[in-house]
Formats: sequence, structure tokens, C-alpha cells
Amino acid sequence: MTLEKFANWEGTVDELKGLVSERALTGETMMLNMGPQHPSTHGVLRVLLELEGEEVVNCIPDIGYLHTGIEKNMEYKTYEKSIVMTDRMDYLNPMGNNLVYCLAMEKLFELDVPPRAQIARVILTELTRINSHLVWLGIGGLDLGVTSTMTYCFREREILLDIFELVSGQRMMSTYFRPGGLWRDLPDEFEAAVRHVLDTFPAKFDDYENIFVGHPVFIDRTQGIGFISAEDAIAYGLTGPMLRASGINWDIRKAEPYSSYDQFEFDVPTGQHGDVYDRYMVRFEEMRQSLRIIEQGLNMLPDGPFRSDNRKYVPPPRSELGRSMEAVIHHFKLWTEGFRPPKGEVYVSTESPRGELGCYLVSDGSPNPWRVHFRTPTFTNLSALAKLSKGYMIADVVAIIGSIDIVLGDVDR
Amino acid sequence: MGGISEKLGNMGVVTTTLEQAVNWGRTRAMWPMLFGLACCAIEMMSTQAPRYDASRFGMELMRASPRQSDLMIVAGRVTRKMAPVLRHLYDQMPDPKWVLAMGDCCSCGGVFNNYAIVQGVDEIVPVDVYVAGCPPRPEQLIHGFLTLHEKVKEMRWSDWATK
Amino acid sequence: MKDPQLVLPEAFGDAIEGIETFRGQLTIYVAASHIVEVARFCRDTDGLRYVFLSEVMAADYYPSVPRFGISYQLYSMLYNRRLRLKVMWSEGDPDVPSVTELWPAANWHEREVYDMFGIPFDGHPDLRRLLMPPDWEGHPLRKDYPLGYETVQFSFNVDEINKHKPYARKNGDER
Repeated sequence: MTLEKFANWEGTVDELKGLVSERALTGETMMLNMGPQHPSTHGVLRVLLELEGEEVVNCIPDIGYLHTGIEKNMEYKTYEKSIVMTDRMDYLNPMGNNLVYCLAMEKLFELDVPPRAQIARVILTELTRINSHLVWLGIGGLDLGVTSTMTYCFREREILLDIFELVSGQRMMSTYFRPGGLWRDLPDEFEAAVRHVLDTFPAKFDDYENIFVGHPVFIDRTQGIGFISAEDAIAYGLTGPMLRASGINWDIRKAEPYSSYDQFEFDVPTGQHGDVYDRYMVRFEEMRQSLRIIEQGLNMLPDGPFRSDNRKYVPPPRSELGRSMEAVIHHFKLWTEGFRPPKGEVYVSTESPRGELGCYLVSDGSPNPWRVHFRTPTFTNLSALAKLSKGYMIADVVAIIGSIDIVLGDVDR
Repeated sequence: MGGISEKLGNMGVVTTTLEQAVNWGRTRAMWPMLFGLACCAIEMMSTQAPRYDASRFGMELMRASPRQSDLMIVAGRVTRKMAPVLRHLYDQMPDPKWVLAMGDCCSCGGVFNNYAIVQGVDEIVPVDVYVAGCPPRPEQLIHGFLTLHEKVKEMRWSDWATK
Repeated sequence: MKDPQLVLPEAFGDAIEGIETFRGQLTIYVAASHIVEVARFCRDTDGLRYVFLSEVMAADYYPSVPRFGISYQLYSMLYNRRLRLKVMWSEGDPDVPSVTELWPAANWHEREVYDMFGIPFDGHPDLRRLLMPPDWEGHPLRKDYPLGYETVQFSFNVDEINKHKPYARKNGDER
């Protein structure tokens, strides 16, 4: 839409036909626009609400305000270069996005990953999960009138970002996972930094939970709101905490373990009521379980190589370049042309903080991927917003959007 | 200042120009618009949060409404679908107003050189300060704030009417 | 627990156009006209129970014919296994039947495919553009749609690029 067209736009009622009820067309119910610039839509979501008084009759989400063309852009880059694009997709879970793309590549190439890299990947993705849940909790608190949590959560999040900066040099967009392992080995200070997190975070999680659970406003605004039954949750394709809050114990880390998750012991928290309150509680418990996983990972972190030595796909380390002509050739080949994987299509799914994050990779044998598609969790979860918010008050829509934990970069890609 | 002027007697007068006084006032109470688009919005929130604490520079009061804000921090990538909305919001802000392009994507398109992204928000609105980085660290954003303050302090009264 | 490689050809005969296994992942090619029946069979038959639709996505195989492949990722929570149904489609073929009646989850996925590839779905309740603006021309993820690359601004071509940035100011300009 051009600027002039937007400025002079006069919407007609015909555009709404088929989307809203007849009552809205006659003016019996009211249409209200929410977003794309709204403090509670967590970015640039736009929702068209049909209201009868305070009650939501229908709700039409409009997405795409952050459609970045990542999938198209990745087709124009080599496999290794396109990893940077995945970070910017779900920007609260950059390590998880790297991981799913690397897993898809490794599946396609049949590339091995050394045990040290696998355990390190688990530790870092779980730290990212806590990081993501902390942001969700802080902003969700803002939505629900528990404003002080935002400052607490961001204070703790800085400690996690320091760890990401320690390992990769970047706070958020780390691009630390590469096909076949990690970019660099974990630094020596890594273990002490993570132990500090393990020591200090449990008490803080208890504090946050007390702030929320003991807050009458929070209870009133979440319990019994945004209900969805287990059958509907499956039919609508909900995944992650949304699905588990409805009572279905399905976690891809358990069901289809990837990256050595089968060596870890952890519980999958579930709720019973399928409302906003249960989704909050499931995520609270998930943060504690993540700490459990991280502790086990640190204890079992083996020594050894951090990246595969398959020279067809993995560039040689710098130290070899001065000694071996073969290494120089591999290095030159891999950084100029890239590698040529076999033809085929693979689908790999992982459990991101928000649900099933899948990557569908089509290769035609050239150095660039032919097609990359990400099955992002909040895209599908958000499509159930109309189902979730029908019949509730307009103020509850904010709580429901917060409980879906949308990240618009993840929805629109 | 109150304590010193009491001790020294009748010294409670500071002479300055109107320009300087007004510009100083503007830098100390700038209300940025709460306009998070993508990844940079998370770093913008980190800047408000305890460790970096933008309120040290008078920049902490984020307003959700464009009608109440002086500064638009374009934090993130601007898509072709969002561009008209962004211009609309800019037009709704009262004068004087400033724009800070935070991050590579909205400064120049960044890594996303494709059909969906506006290659630099300066195609739509005039930008006063560009902050590089993907995403910029909170320190970089604070440096951007201070650069903007320097710029505001140098404004002439003849610019006020046009700005 | 039944093997879809055996059960599906038995039940649908010619509508199953091929079976492929790559890296342990099973893909079953289905004729476009039969996709709803096959999907319902996969969902409701005892021993299959692929109750969960993970995603619907498409790929453009230009220049080969048929040009587009639409994949349906199914998952069976009971047996913990996955199945990919694939429909091949070219422009001019009849519209692909929509699976939204089986899974409401397919609603947005099919809209995205329509938006990005221009593949129409028959029986979809609300087939509009999802991600791009409503008046956008073309379908961006098709291979014949250009990336839309613009020249990057460096110090040697500042003036040239600034011509189409009406609001950009030169260094030290104005104020």
C-alpha cells in the first residue's frame, strides 16, 4: 500500500463481509482496531476486534507487519552463510533457531556431531529458554499490571546475556552453532559463569512466583481465561506450553530426543485447566526444569573436539592452514563456493520455548539451499487467537496474547 | 544549586540565552515513543532496565501514544507493510520531534536486502541519529541518545518553527 | 500399529503416486484430488492415528514439472512417528482441496502458501493474503520472483542512493 493510498484510505463495509458477523455490518456490534502499534501486542500484531459492549464476539488477527523475507533470502546464500538469518527469526531464542537449522543440515549431510558439542548445545539452548521465558514473564507482567517484574526479569536476563557474549562475542544474535558442532570451543570461564546462574536463579524464580501467585489482580485476570480443551488444542496445532497447559504431555525433547536430550533427566510440567493461569505455571516450572538440565549437562560435559572433522563440510582450524596444503584447499573451497550436499528433503523439529520449531530443508545439490521453511510455533499458536478469545472481555485479550508468548519475528519470519 | 546560593547569599541567578535554556530542557525530558518492531526492541528494553538505566539521561519515560512523544526510536526492521503505519505515526507526533534509527536494518536494510524490507527508514522519515549494530548494545543506544542531545543543544531558535 | 507404506496404497490404489524414504523420513505422494480423503484416513484409522498436523508448506521446483510440491507434515502422538504427505501441483491444475475441515490449524498455513506461491485451495474458508499487504503483486517465494536486491550505499555512491531517499540528509547539511 502506497503512502498516498493509505492516507486517503476509506474502508468499505464490503471488505469485512464474510469475516465478521452480519451484526457487525449493520452496526449492532462495534469493530475496534488494536495495533499494529500497541504496547500489549508484543510487537506489531494487529487485531481487529468485534465487540458487543465489553465482550469479544470475534477477533481477526492481521499479521505480516514484520515479514522479513528470511526464507527467500536464505535461498540466495550458502548453507553456512544463511545461519545468521535464523538468529533474527525468533529473536528471543536465537540459539534454538541456530540449532534447528544446524540439525536439519546435519540430517541432510549425515554429519556427525562430537559429544562435547552436543552437550554444550543443550546447555546453551536451555539457557536461551530461560532467557526467553524471563522476557515473556517481564512483559507479561506489564500487561497484567504486575509492573515491577519487568525490571527484575531484565536484571537476571543480563546475567544470561553475559554468558552468550562470553561464548560467542554477541549478546543476542550469537550464530554460535555451526553444522558439525560449535563455532569455537567453550571458554574456560564458561563453567563458573553457568554455576553462578545455577546457584542464584532458583531463589529468584521463587520470588517471581510469589509475586505472581500472591497477586489477587493476577489471579483474577488469568484463572478461567482463554480456555482451550485438549482436543481443540491438537486440532488447532498448538504446541509447547500452550498444549501442555491443556493437559497433554508432549514435549519433543522427550518424544523425539535430539542433540543428546535422551541422556538428561527432567520432568515435563503440564496443567489441567488449559487457561492463561496454567500456561504461566507451566512456563514457571519449565524454567526450573531447564536449570536441572543445565546442571546435569555441566556435570557430564566431556572434553574432546567441539566440531566434526569431516572436511567435506567443516572448514579446517586455523592452526592447520600453515602446515597442510590440503587444509588450505578445503578452506578456500568451503569459504568461497560452499559445500555441495546430496539432493533430498528433510524435516527436523525441536522444542523451542514456544513450541514445535521445525525446519524443512530442500536441497537440489547446489551450495545454496533450494528451499528453507521454518515451522514456527507462534505462527500456529496465534492462529487460534480467535478461538481463545471469543466470549471473553476485551481486557482479557491482552492476557491471552501474553499467554501465547508471541514473538512477531517468529510469526512473520 | 539551592544549597550553594543560600550560602553565598544573593547568587540565585544564572544568565543564559533562551535557546540554551530551552534546548537544555528538551534534552532532559525527552519522551521516546514505545515503538518496538523487532530484535532491537528487546535491546531497547534492556536499555530501560536496571543495568543500563536510561533514566540517568532523562530518556526513560516511554509513551505508547505518538501524541505524547518527542522521539521515535525505530527499533528494528521496517517492512513494506509497516512503512505506511510508521509514517502515519510520525505525522501524529507533535513538533519538535526527532527520529533515531536503531540498528542496521532500519538504518540501511542490514542483512535483509530483499523484497520485504525498506532499505533504510530514511526513505520514509527524516532520521537524526543512526545507531549501528545488529542489534546495537545498550551502550551504543545510550551513545546514540547522547549524540542526539548534542544535536538538540545546538539547535537555533530559528529552527524551532520549522522543526 | 500399521505401516502407512502398505495400508495407504491398499486403500487408495492409484491415488498414491509414489513412496519415498530419505534419511529415515517417509514421504507419500498423493494425487491432489484425493488429499482430503487420504488425510482423513491417516487421522482416523486405528493403527495410524496421525492426529496432529504440524505444518503445510510448499516448495517451487521450477523448471521441473509439476512445478510445486505441497507437503503436509503429520504426526502421530500415540505412536510417536511422522509422515509427510506430498501433493504435486502445476499452474492450470484444479485447485488443491483444503484440509481445514480436518484441522483448523491448516487455515493459516494454507493462507501462507497461497500468499507466497499463489497456490489456490478449494474449500478454504478465508483465502486471503496473510503476510504481504493485500494489494501486493506477485508471490514472493516463487523462483521467478526476484529477491528485490537494492544497491548497498557505500561512500562512493552516497549521492546516487540518496536520490531515492528524499528524507536523508547529507553530513553537516541543514541544522
